[in-house]
Amino acid sequence: MAEVINDIKRSENLVYAKTKVLTDNVMHYCPGCSHGVVHKVLAEVIDEMGIQEVTLGVAPVGCAVLIYNYIDIDWQEAAHGRAPALATAMKRLRPDRYVFTYQGDGDLAAIGTAETIHACNRGENIVIIFINNGIYGMTGGQMAPTTLEGMKTATCPYGREPSHDGNPLKITELLAQLPGTAYVTRQSVHTAAAVRKTKKAIRKAFEKQKENKGTSVVEIVSTCNSGWKLTPVEANKWMEENMFPFYPLGDMKDE
Amino acid sequence: MSELRLMKGNEAIAEAAIRCGADGYFGYPITPQSEVMETLMALKPWETTGMVVLQAESEVAAINMLYGGAGCGKRVMTSSSSPGISLMQEGISYLAGAELPCLVVNVVRGGPGLGTIQPSQSDYFQSVKGGGHGDYKLIVLAPSSVQEMADFVELAFDLAFKYRNPAMILADGMIGQMMEKVELKPQKKRWTNEEIEKMHPWATTGKKNSRERNIITSVELDSEKHEQANIRIQKKYKELQEKEVRYEAIDTEDAEYLLVAYGSSARISLAAKELLRKKGHKVGLLRPITLFPFPTKQIRELAEGLKGILSVEMSAGQMVEDVRLAVEGKIKVEHFGRMGGVVPTPEEVADALEQKLIGGQ
Repeated sequence: MAEVINDIKRSENLVYAKTKVLTDNVMHYCPGCSHGVVHKVLAEVIDEMGIQEVTLGVAPVGCAVLIYNYIDIDWQEAAHGRAPALATAMKRLRPDRYVFTYQGDGDLAAIGTAETIHACNRGENIVIIFINNGIYGMTGGQMAPTTLEGMKTATCPYGREPSHDGNPLKITELLAQLPGTAYVTRQSVHTAAAVRKTKKAIRKAFEKQKENKGTSVVEIVSTCNSGWKLTPVEANKWMEENMFPFYPLGDMKDE
Repeated sequence: MSELRLMKGNEAIAEAAIRCGADGYFGYPITPQSEVMETLMALKPWETTGMVVLQAESEVAAINMLYGGAGCGKRVMTSSSSPGISLMQEGISYLAGAELPCLVVNVVRGGPGLGTIQPSQSDYFQSVKGGGHGDYKLIVLAPSSVQEMADFVELAFDLAFKYRNPAMILADGMIGQMMEKVELKPQKKRWTNEEIEKMHPWATTGKKNSRERNIITSVELDSEKHEQANIRIQKKYKELQEKEVRYEAIDTEDAEYLLVAYGSSARISLAAKELLRKKGHKVGLLRPITLFPFPTKQIRELAEGLKGILSVEMSAGQMVEDVRLAVEGKIKVEHFGRMGGVVPTPEEVADALEQKLIGGQ
């Protein structure tokens, strides 16, 4: 059997391989979580553009805090919400480098709202990758700024009630209004087709940076099946039925 | 070429930053230090040395811009005043945790709260005892003249990079606002990216195939490893304490009484010392230049021949605790200070020393 497999594993038969920009470290993410897929396509884009040696990433606080264990580039780990401030200085001091942030909804749209809006408004020439799963995953499933109305979390156990908890925030629509943003899009990674689209979007965002166009924001509506207390398959279905109507997919701005 | 100028302390900070080859300034306006950024913006160093100057949306953003810039191995700085420095404390803790060098200038005003825009020294604890969360210290330099405002910019950067630790210039509204003659040093070149890669191999400059990826972080979830990180940081502080103490001692040889004061208070105490000497009292002055590392050993040694020490600060008494720790209860240590932006006169200081230590002749 091993002989047969080795015979098949010849380079001319190779149709797919893990990008070298992704490390061999085992990811800590829950099975079914979207982070792993987004990491993979992000690493593939860096590989395919040949920019591994000239790309600097900024990691968030949240489940992706350890992203630097998985993508083989130079990284800085930011304080909660401050990634766009780091990226602002990094890009201004090293305009010859690609700089991106990778942030969750609590990081980007709650504690880091000011840093996000002002980096985008200044048109910092950076890429922001925004994972929106409507919940705080790492701290154990509390309400996020993007938690849907009626959605149950550890800190809105009876469902988000806007009169008490406030409304879900469509921050990406807000960022698209700012003159500093060049490309703003919302994607997902729940199907093979969606993964391909997300990869294309991330590639486009980095191309915009190459062209000095300003800030690009790629939101990826994601699943947190552990936080949502659903199986991975149920989580994908729930996301399609509940998240997509409120957070519709597609490009919001492309200049 | 060196150049002689009459200028404000805040302006001197800005001029010195450009001249020593700083790479970036990120700040947010607050009185009494706004002239730092105003001077930089007027001088437009991005057109000459290439230094980046940016007005951030908040002090919180500014200090995190320092993190990003320092992580790239660049010489970056900010300036602010007390309430703004409070906002930066989270970021300062992260910088210390990630062992990043940078310069934070605090032109102190009276607190607590919004307080006043007048000079104060009530941020001593916040500056030398940590300020943010966790076990860390800043390298703290206390200028007492406009010349030192200029000179300490480069010194702070040098110490910060030598020890990979944030450094602070702890000034006050008086030093920031007053004008004095300053000798400005000639323009130095900024480090090139190639020099940074060689000098600071830890910096995020882009992962070459020839090396492992660089990660700037303060997180370590394994507590055993995190303890090791803490031990490494504490070793630096010990080394700083052994090697980098700076102070000025004036008329301490025959002194029976000692004034200990830094910054503006040291200027006032120097005049108070003269008044007391004229009255026949043998008084000396010790001016700590580094507040961390504190001249503990020097004060302890001096205390052997003294009858008492007066710690003079524009605060309710903060540095006095470190002076007391230094003398270990062997002699009397008293505090004199004014608060809320009130600057004491030399006569007040002299009276305080007579009453509290000599016995109110």
